[in-house]
Formats: sequence, C-alpha cells, structure tokens
Amino acid sequence: MKAYDTLMLALVFIPLGTALIAVMLPPTRRRWAVLLGGLAWPCVLVPLSLAIAREQTLTLVFGGWSPPLGIGWRLDALGLVVLWVHALVGIAALPGAWQRFEPEKPESGPFWSLWLILATGVNLATLAADLFNLYVALELTTLAAVALIATDDGIAALSAAMRYLLLAVLGSLMYVLGVGLVYAQTGSLAMHQPGVVELNNVALVLMLTGLMVKAAIFPLHVWLPHAYSNAPGPVAAIMSAVVGKVALVALWRIWFETAVDPPMLLANLLGLIGAGAIVYGAVAAYLQPRLKMVIAYSSISQFGFLLLLLPLACQQAFQGAGFHLLAHGLAKASMFLAAANIVTVLGSDSIRHLPGLDKRMPLEAFTLALAGITLIGLPPSGGFTGKWMLLSAAWEVQGWFWMVLIVLSGLMSAAYIFRILALTCFHPARRAVHHLHARPPKITSFAALLLALLAVVIGLYPHPVLDLLGSGVPGAGP
Amino acid sequence: MSSAIFVLVAAAIFGLGVHGLLVSAHIMRKLLALNLMLSALFLLLIVVPATIEGRPDPVPQALVLTGIVIAVSTTAFALALMVRLFRKQGHATIHPDIDPDLLGRRHDRHQPEADNEQAP
Repeated sequence: MKAYDTLMLALVFIPLGTALIAVMLPPTRRRWAVLLGGLAWPCVLVPLSLAIAREQTLTLVFGGWSPPLGIGWRLDALGLVVLWVHALVGIAALPGAWQRFEPEKPESGPFWSLWLILATGVNLATLAADLFNLYVALELTTLAAVALIATDDGIAALSAAMRYLLLAVLGSLMYVLGVGLVYAQTGSLAMHQPGVVELNNVALVLMLTGLMVKAAIFPLHVWLPHAYSNAPGPVAAIMSAVVGKVALVALWRIWFETAVDPPMLLANLLGLIGAGAIVYGAVAAYLQPRLKMVIAYSSISQFGFLLLLLPLACQQAFQGAGFHLLAHGLAKASMFLAAANIVTVLGSDSIRHLPGLDKRMPLEAFTLALAGITLIGLPPSGGFTGKWMLLSAAWEVQGWFWMVLIVLSGLMSAAYIFRILALTCFHPARRAVHHLHARPPKITSFAALLLALLAVVIGLYPHPVLDLLGSGVPGAGP
Repeated sequence: MSSAIFVLVAAAIFGLGVHGLLVSAHIMRKLLALNLMLSALFLLLIVVPATIEGRPDPVPQALVLTGIVIAVSTTAFALALMVRLFRKQGHATIHPDIDPDLLGRRHDRHQPEADNEQAP
C-alpha cells in the first residue's frame, strides 16, 4: 500500500518540483527539467491503473492528520480516466509547445513553469478528496491557465485572459460560499459524507454554479470561445481536454457523493441546461468565421453531454459519460493541435483560407476529419461508444426527451464538422494563399494525428475502459 | 444575536461587491468589487460555523487564512495582467465581444467568396 502512496505523491510533486527547478536552471539546461516534468508523471499512471483495476480506489492521508484539518487524496476509476486524458494530451502537445517556446530561449522560461504548474493543478484537482482542497487545486489550475492564455501577448489574448480570470474568481467565490455553508451544516469537508441526511440546497446550488462557471457550461460559457481561440495551440489543447473537465468531474462527485439525495427537479433542470449547451454550442459553431472558434464552440456543445449524466443517473450513463469525456478530450485536443499548425502555415485560421488545405496540409486535414468522426459520434469511434451508452441509459430510464436530444445532437455536430470539411476539400474556389509560412516539424502533425487515431481506436476496443468505469460508479447511482 | 449582525453586514458588503462588479467597466474597480465580495465571504465563513458549534472552531479559520492567501495572489496577478492590457490598448477595460482579427472583414461569414486569384 505504501508503494501506491509514493506513486500518488509523484503525480503532483514531479510536475510541481520540475516547475520550480525549471525557473532556477540556466536556459541551456532547462529542457531536461521540462522533459522530466512532462514525461515522468504519465509513466506513474501504468502501475496506478493496475492498482485501481484491483482495488477500485486508493486513498492517502497526509501526516496522520485526519480530515477536516488534514488533507486527504483519493483516486478512483473516473479520476484515472481524467489523468490518462491529461497524460496523453500533455505528451502530444509537447512537440508543438517545444517548437513554439524553445526551452533554450531565456524568455520561454515562464511558459514552461506555468505549463508544469497547470499539470500540477489538474492532477491535484483530480486527486482531491475534500471540498476545500479541491478549491485550492482549481484556483491553481485557473491561474496557470490564465497566464498561459496571456503568453500570446496580443490585445485579444490579454482581454480573453482577463475575462476568464474575472469570471473564474467569481465562480470560485460562489463555490467557496457553498463549501462554507456545507461545513456549517455538516461540520465536515469530506466529499464522501455517508452520515449526512440531506445537503442544504442553497449550498449545493452555489457549489454547482461556481463549478459550472469554471467548466464553461452553456449560460456561463462566455469566457470560453475567446480564451480557447486566442491561446497558443498546445495550451488550448490541454485546456479543452482537461481543464474544463476537472471542474465537471468535481461537479459529478459533489452531485453523487456529497449530496446524498439531490432533488430530481434540480437534476432535470441541469439536464435541460446541458441540452441548451448542446444545441447552442452546435449552432454557434456552425456560424463561426474562424476555425479555432468553431472548435471552441464545439467544446461548449460537447460539454453539455457530460451534464446529461445527472438526470439519467444509472451505471450505463456513468460509463457513457466517462467514455465521452475520454473520447472528446482526445479528439478535441488533436483538432486544436492541427489548427495550431494550420495557423502557423497559413498565418490565419479564417475559414476562407481553408479551401485547398487538403492539398497543402494533408495530414492536418485528415486529422480534422478523423477527430470530427469522434465528435459527431459515427460508429467505429470513441465518441460513438460514449453516446451509445448514454442513449441506452436514456432508453433504460425511459427518458424519451434525452434520447431524441442525443440523436439530434449527432446531426448538429455533423453540420458544423461537414461545413469545415466541405470547405476544405470540395469548395470550387481552391485558390492559392498569397503567403505560406514555414511548415512546422512533421512530429507536431503526427502528434495531433496520433491523438485523433487514439480517439477512434478506443471506440474499437472500449471494454478495458468501460469495465474500469463500471467498477467505480460514484454513489452507486439510484 | 451578535452573529446575526455580522451575517447582515456580510450580506450588505457582498451586495455592494456584486453591484460594483456589474456596473463598473474599469478592471481595477471590478477587482476591488471582487475583493469586497471575498471579504464578505470570509466574514461569513468565520461567523456562521461558530454559531453552530457554540465555540471557536479552528477549521473555518484555517480555511479563511488559505482563502486570503489565494485572494491576495489572485489579485496581484490580475493587477499585473491589467497593467499589461493597459500598456497594449491604452485603457484598462475589456473590449466588448469584438475579435480584433476580424475587425473590418466582418462580411466573410459563411462562405469563402470567389476571388480573382485562380486555383493553381
């Protein structure tokens, strides 16, 4: 058991330690800290996965101080899936970030430290087992993410970062207010509160709203499109794949584990908000004039699916939502990485430059198409498996509205994906772009393609992940 | 009895903060409003659990201490970001939803219009 404790510590302290070391090292040596921080902690996930498959949850309490004063960590199947998405996307985004912010340059020092601190924050938020520790982890994640968005240093990026920061602070303020009320009611901050009869609804709504701001769920999404589309490509990839998701996973945990018997009305309301997100995101994605904006609005639409778990609330829905989280994370990150390469070469991501892209950048065009298959949810892909599980969960609980919604959403995703693909491959005006910039190294294209392929392959072999998720349903569902 | 006063004061301060956040355009004012709301929040966190326990409870105080540290560092970071933004655009407000990249070519919404340039 002690060995796993060390491994869980490594998940947080490797990126944190290397972030601090990266600041102190001279620029010529910095790359070793970056490589160690970026590649070492994903290796730790392999033995941890084996342990989770055997024991389902791992817990760790620091220094013999029991909660609430002490800090406890907990890793379960859902957390493991989030960590795997983070690890895979983090590794795939590394070449692109490396090429853009070479560690040898003195001025790219802050970027790499922030990059590693973002990894620390995401891992910590996944492991946190009490409500306040989660708040600290989410704040760390947000601050690092805001600073990374601002590295672009244009007015657009700085404004997007500032808006994200203001809204995120407001969100965490509401979350902490809810946490304070929970503590006043129960005298405990643990996420798993078996003894509590019923959580105060005001506290629950405050915490959920705060987390929904951080996760950019539809009516509270205003910061997301500009933040994602103005961030450097690798940063946008990490953010869309995991930064929003950790807040959503925290929302699930609070819903199923902290709130013992949440009211059904609230569940349906949150499901409807999810439905609104799915429709709004898809329609807005269809209307965007920039490729990165299309991908960003598509994120809002796909995040809506993750809220459908609350009204469906059964084991299949949990497996489906967890799987969707994995598939969407991989596909969306690969699209952002491909879009970053397109911006580098064309100098713009306005969709009127897309015609003829399949001739000039075939790898990127193929990546967009392949990731699009997962986003639409066409059969052999990971996105299909996730949506299919959600669909059969809706059948099981006889939620006909949700069934119609899930089927329709596939059509709407197809609309915005095919708009991009049709412009790329079939538009009559396949004109030359006046000025092509230097092509980024092939490895960045292959990294994006690999993520998109992975999103399809997990659809062909879904059983290891589904079995893992099935063993660790939080609160066992009603 | 006395804790009721604190709760009311916290609510009033929180309301002032919400008003400031919504009404003012300058980022500095928005940050001040957020800090005001945070102060109200910390006041509430200290007072409310104490009324239930009946004696000083160390846990909320530890939480508030951590919260203050986070609030201070977040504010410092936000101020630095504001200064950066001010130097770039000459005013410290967030521009409404206009993407500077697209200013002046708003017309190209859906379809790439056919150009006089020919396909190779």
